Amino acid sequence: MNILVCVKRVPATGGRIVLTPDGQEIDTRYLGSTISPHEECGVEEAVRIVETHGGSSAVLTLGPAAAEEQLRDAMAIGIDRAILLETDGREFDPIATAAAITSTIRDQEAGNGPFDLVLFGNEAADTGDFQVGVRVAVALGRTIVNGIKGITVGDGSVTARREASGGGWETYALPLPAVLGVKEGLNLPRYPSVPGRLRAKRKEVERIAPAWSQTGPVKLGLRVPEQQGAQVEILGRGPDAAPAVVDLLERIGALGS
Amino acid sequence: MSAPVVVLVEHAGGEADRLSLEALAFAAPLAGRLGADVEAVLVGPGSAGVAASLGGHGVRTAHVVEDGRLDAYAPAAFAAALGAVVEARSPSAVLAPGSDRGTEVLAYLAARTGLPMAANVVSVESGESWSVVRQRWAGSLLEDATLDAPIRLMTVAPHVVEAPEAASGAAPDVVSHAPAIAESDLVVRVTGHEAPETGKISLTDAKVVIGGGRGVGSAENFAVLEKLAGLIGAAVGGSRVATSLGWRPHSDQIGQTGLRIAPELYIACGISGAIQHIVGCKAAKRILAINTDPDSPIMAVADYAVIGDLHEVLPAIAAEVRRRQG
Repeated sequence: MNILVCVKRVPATGGRIVLTPDGQEIDTRYLGSTISPHEECGVEEAVRIVETHGGSSAVLTLGPAAAEEQLRDAMAIGIDRAILLETDGREFDPIATAAAITSTIRDQEAGNGPFDLVLFGNEAADTGDFQVGVRVAVALGRTIVNGIKGITVGDGSVTARREASGGGWETYALPLPAVLGVKEGLNLPRYPSVPGRLRAKRKEVERIAPAWSQTGPVKLGLRVPEQQGAQVEILGRGPDAAPAVVDLLERIGALGS
Repeated sequence: MSAPVVVLVEHAGGEADRLSLEALAFAAPLAGRLGADVEAVLVGPGSAGVAASLGGHGVRTAHVVEDGRLDAYAPAAFAAALGAVVEARSPSAVLAPGSDRGTEVLAYLAARTGLPMAANVVSVESGESWSVVRQRWAGSLLEDATLDAPIRLMTVAPHVVEAPEAASGAAPDVVSHAPAIAESDLVVRVTGHEAPETGKISLTDAKVVIGGGRGVGSAENFAVLEKLAGLIGAAVGGSRVATSLGWRPHSDQIGQTGLRIAPELYIACGISGAIQHIVGCKAAKRILAINTDPDSPIMAVADYAVIGDLHEVLPAIAAEVRRRQG
């Protein structure tokens, strides 16, 4: 199995998001960066599949030069090689991102043979566009299913499962080569080891300059939503608050008849 | 009459899905401003029956695609069915619910047509140029953007508008379509189902949800949440901390990378309130926070609070519930 996993560098936000004064992006001065959570699981899954079935793995990101950090994080847990589609700071919309990734996959496959499986995150944590993986799969003429939380590799196919809307799970079988959009919960990603980090540090990162274009949606600016002005009502302290809580449950009809 | 606003309506068991009804409610004022009709598209078995019930949700015409090959959900084939109606109707906009399937089908349509798509839109203004407000970071941030294309594709963010009870309305015209669907679009489809655990109350359907975070302390300690939940028919979920530490299965996670819930009451126990969690629970009608720290960020979104240790407070609540239930 040859696997490509596409990841995105995103700010590691915590309690509160602060924007830059021009409202164009998150102020990342005091924040670290991380691989978007769904894609962390994609990286882990690619490593596990290659450990079990052999083959090789590659990680790709479209982002600024600093995104090399996330590519090395992926290589530190066992991804073999890395490709950086290095942007010049402009934001790429989903169509431009998908086009750049599609063209890179075609070039890579012409040189190294096909990727049996390409993994995307279901959506990037920051922009939340929910479409880049589908656009790439359609451009490549491959099948894709999103929201995947379980992958079983078979002979010439993969079985993938995701949560069904009414509860439980639904399963899909995809002939290879295929594309999957994965979700957190697929696995518990491992932490990189120190030798893993050292190995990753010495590896080459292949750099490619992607073509920028703009179709939309075209970002005008970002803002933090206003909090609903609800003032919290303290029902009490400790166990003594129980009757007030049960009054509340009664009011909304949660105690039954 | 202007070009219609087309809405993809998901349905199961003879009923339209809640997020789809929200999408119809979202579409109505847009269509009104455009001087256009709202038209629904339903795909798969049972579509015609559900279509006939949509008059009370503002639908004038419902397009149905019922084809034996679409009995199992197949993302590419459902997109082809939607695409055929879109081609026939040349709408000004196509809206889909911001669900897994709605988003996936619309993304396929976007990819095949080369049209831009805005995901999780919370408001839209039509004009010379269309402006949208859409969610980033699952709604922790809003993006103002323009969306200009011959057909504007949008998913509607869950729970930003209420799905109203059906008003009285004339049954819509139901139009059947039988588009050509390529065999290649049917290769990937749902081939198996695993039923949910029996007796488990779904987090997205429960009237009351009890969530646990770091303050719960261990998987075993979730028993106090389960006990109260059992008494009042609530569902139990967890924060990302609780699922990442393995205290709860990931499928119970409430938050950006898990579920968005919208119960009557959400009881957040030992949850500090990171934004990634808040976006998953803020659609709750009321939030009750039980926390030892009165200054934790959860208090900023809570309607009610009990300052105290959940390990003492929850059993006291359970005892009081039992006393009143007799």
